[in-house]
Amino acid sequence: MKMLNTFLFGCLASLSVAAQADAIMIRGATVHTMSGDGVLENTDVFIAEGKVQRIGKDLPLAKGDVRVFDAGGKPLTPGLFAGVTAIGIAEVPAVEESTDTGHALQAMHPEFNVVPAYNPNSSLVPVTRIEGFSFTLLGPDTVGSIFGGQGQMVRLDGAYESFLGSPVLFINVGPDTNKLSGGSRAARWMLLQQAMQEADNPPVSTETALLTRAGRGTLSAFVAGGKVVFNVDRASDILETIRFAEKYGLDLVIAGGAEAWMVARELAAAKVPVLLNPLANLPANFDSLGARLNNAAMLEAAGVVIAISSGETHNARKQRQLAGNAVSYGLPHAEGIAALTINPANIFGVADQQGSIQADRPANLVLWSGDPLEVTSAAEVVVIDGKLIPMESRQTKLRDRYLPENPAMPRAYIKP
Amino acid sequence: MRYKTLLALLPALLTLPVGGARAEDYPSTYAPLSSEPTLITHATILTGTGERLDDASLLLSGGKVVFVGKGEVPAGVKTVDAKGRWVTPGLIDVHSHLGVYASPGVTAHSDGNEMTSPTTPNVWAEHSVWPQDPGFSRALAGGVTTLQVLPGSGNLIGGRGVTLKNVYSNSYQGMKFPGAPHGLKMACGENPKRVYGERKQMPSTRMGNMASYRAQWLEARQYIDDWAEYEQQLKAKKDDAKPPKRDLRLETLAGVLKGEIIVHMHCYRADEMMTILDMADEFDYKVGTFHHGVEAYKIADTLAEKGVCGALWADWWGFKMEAYDGIQENIAIVDRPKGACAIVHSDDAEGIQRLNQEAAKAMGSGNRAGLAISPEHAIAWITSNAAKSLGVDSYTGSLEAGKMADVVLWNGNPFSVYAKAEQVYIDGALVYDRENPDRQPVSDFELGQLQGVLQ
Repeated sequence: MKMLNTFLFGCLASLSVAAQADAIMIRGATVHTMSGDGVLENTDVFIAEGKVQRIGKDLPLAKGDVRVFDAGGKPLTPGLFAGVTAIGIAEVPAVEESTDTGHALQAMHPEFNVVPAYNPNSSLVPVTRIEGFSFTLLGPDTVGSIFGGQGQMVRLDGAYESFLGSPVLFINVGPDTNKLSGGSRAARWMLLQQAMQEADNPPVSTETALLTRAGRGTLSAFVAGGKVVFNVDRASDILETIRFAEKYGLDLVIAGGAEAWMVARELAAAKVPVLLNPLANLPANFDSLGARLNNAAMLEAAGVVIAISSGETHNARKQRQLAGNAVSYGLPHAEGIAALTINPANIFGVADQQGSIQADRPANLVLWSGDPLEVTSAAEVVVIDGKLIPMESRQTKLRDRYLPENPAMPRAYIKP
Repeated sequence: MRYKTLLALLPALLTLPVGGARAEDYPSTYAPLSSEPTLITHATILTGTGERLDDASLLLSGGKVVFVGKGEVPAGVKTVDAKGRWVTPGLIDVHSHLGVYASPGVTAHSDGNEMTSPTTPNVWAEHSVWPQDPGFSRALAGGVTTLQVLPGSGNLIGGRGVTLKNVYSNSYQGMKFPGAPHGLKMACGENPKRVYGERKQMPSTRMGNMASYRAQWLEARQYIDDWAEYEQQLKAKKDDAKPPKRDLRLETLAGVLKGEIIVHMHCYRADEMMTILDMADEFDYKVGTFHHGVEAYKIADTLAEKGVCGALWADWWGFKMEAYDGIQENIAIVDRPKGACAIVHSDDAEGIQRLNQEAAKAMGSGNRAGLAISPEHAIAWITSNAAKSLGVDSYTGSLEAGKMADVVLWNGNPFSVYAKAEQVYIDGALVYDRENPDRQPVSDFELGQLQGVLQ
């Protein structure tokens, strides 16, 4: 045991050389603060001890070892939100033993929580963060149960302790759960109401109970506080969801929301934010006949807080492209960036940690080669929790192994 | 009935494909829509042949490209001033399931994969195409003028694909690209061995996959030989000459062996692609295009040497084991050797709407890796190379005099997330105009939906 500890310590010590809390100066950036300060031209940002220390013009260089990056006017944004993903809980989705996203127990288990399954050593963590993503909402698979269970915000710096905020509960009322509710969405509301009532009044007989004791405890906790994400697309179902959440005192977030634009006023009035995929424009099923490309723009214009969530895990980096397309279809550019930064941070209560560039806050920021929403741009410098992220992943290493032409030895000897 | 008539005619029709099938069953009834001669001026034109022309003109007339750059303009042609805008050939997706996995994606629309036997070369995707798929209109708004609809990948040999012009019609025949060869969808790796292995049936391994394809090719060779022998007997005027029994399965495979049908092979891993290329040598046929090829970058030189295209994604990866080694430079590295044929494909009703953005991402990744790829080069990935893959490059895929006037007018550089197709022409006809609702098709399915709530 002792030997193991020494060994582990040795590994961690060598790893920490690459990713420590650095002193970093970014000179002359266009800083998208996503705070009340707006966009600051030709501005320096100084990072030390994990935090943004100063933001200003021509900042003096502190003594000691400071990494300096000359931005030359390029955009600097907060680290981006990767959406609701299974990063770290699904290495290869088709490989069952590498995937921990859902319990598929059919019965209602709101107490299921994917957090203990999270593996910061997943190859997806570097793949995603070097594209400028500093946080994601880890979410359970909602296909196998009406209650998908709980997830939580996680920082993508690859630390073992990297969870942020509080648990988030996921409930799926979409048509894919019809078979779990006797073939009817009306029965789904019936079951959900019964579950909520059980949270307050435990059933006399366990045979007729929907929930375990732990499940009742979870629901009670969410009535007291905590975000509850409902997967729902159809306009009438969104309204029903708002009524349900109001009745039981749940702090509601809509995910999906293909037809949310049709009830934008009601969403705005109820102050319900929406996680959406702005590319959804096909009638994928009878719940999303109204899917359209300017959903994001119409919601934002109506005063609904939106955040981008593609639903993709391995390709979560596509989030930027989604925001770009939303902008192309009418969302103001600044709101496109907000939907990837401050909005998701605010929605899930982690805005003190993520989503903006502000002095005395943890430094999560990205310097871009160009417009961060443009498909030909890329992240050049990524800082997560004050640490300079090495721009390496399993994919960059495969790239660098196969880029050289006609190597003398097999490529297994090229170890970038 | 037709079969008997055909047999009676056979002696006179010895040039027919093996098996006695007509040159074109289920023939295309596509006819170009009416068009007027159109001159597009002051555009930045990416020709699809590697050229970029600035402040250039393009004349479309009679459904064809008349000239690109400069040329004689007849009086009275409609002129579109494209100052600040870009023009490309119509985009081509070599891998789509529109129509066979139509929206809405209900079970009743799941017509893309006949997963009842691991080898179904007898099925034709076109017989599943629902021409009212709303996805066709979305792809059109993304500048897609031609697409190949393929069967799914659950089978080793999934069946014939069909190349369509992206125009709405009451029948798929009305969309069918005239003169386009059939494709044959085949699949490597995990999907077939999973689907059939779970049923305790062959194939359940990659070696089982190989044994199963090889058995099929052997049968197909025999089928060709049987028909050749019969034709010999006819020539020798043997009275008792009896034709072999026509077999739809073997007819398709024989079509591949005779070079009339193009193989489109779903294959992820580099080593598997190499094995498949050896099999193609063993049975003397050609693999036209590897699809998905997430590891194609590992064998880019071989693909180029063998003249095999790679139809690839910009960044999809990791969803299954054989997709674990995906990198964003795949397309750019496959594109690097001389004679390479890199293609961006979608396999997706969303992706097909943004082939230009997918190509832009691949170009950006390649450029950051130092491969120096220009827009005039990268546009070939979604136009001319794709046309070559489908065997329609003599008709479309580039802007050259005499080719089909399949053209997209973009509001700016198409290699941008903000670019939108403003106008799309197919055979010279304006089939999509972003500014004019009269030129925006709506499928029967979507007509009149969502009218209940009165606003």
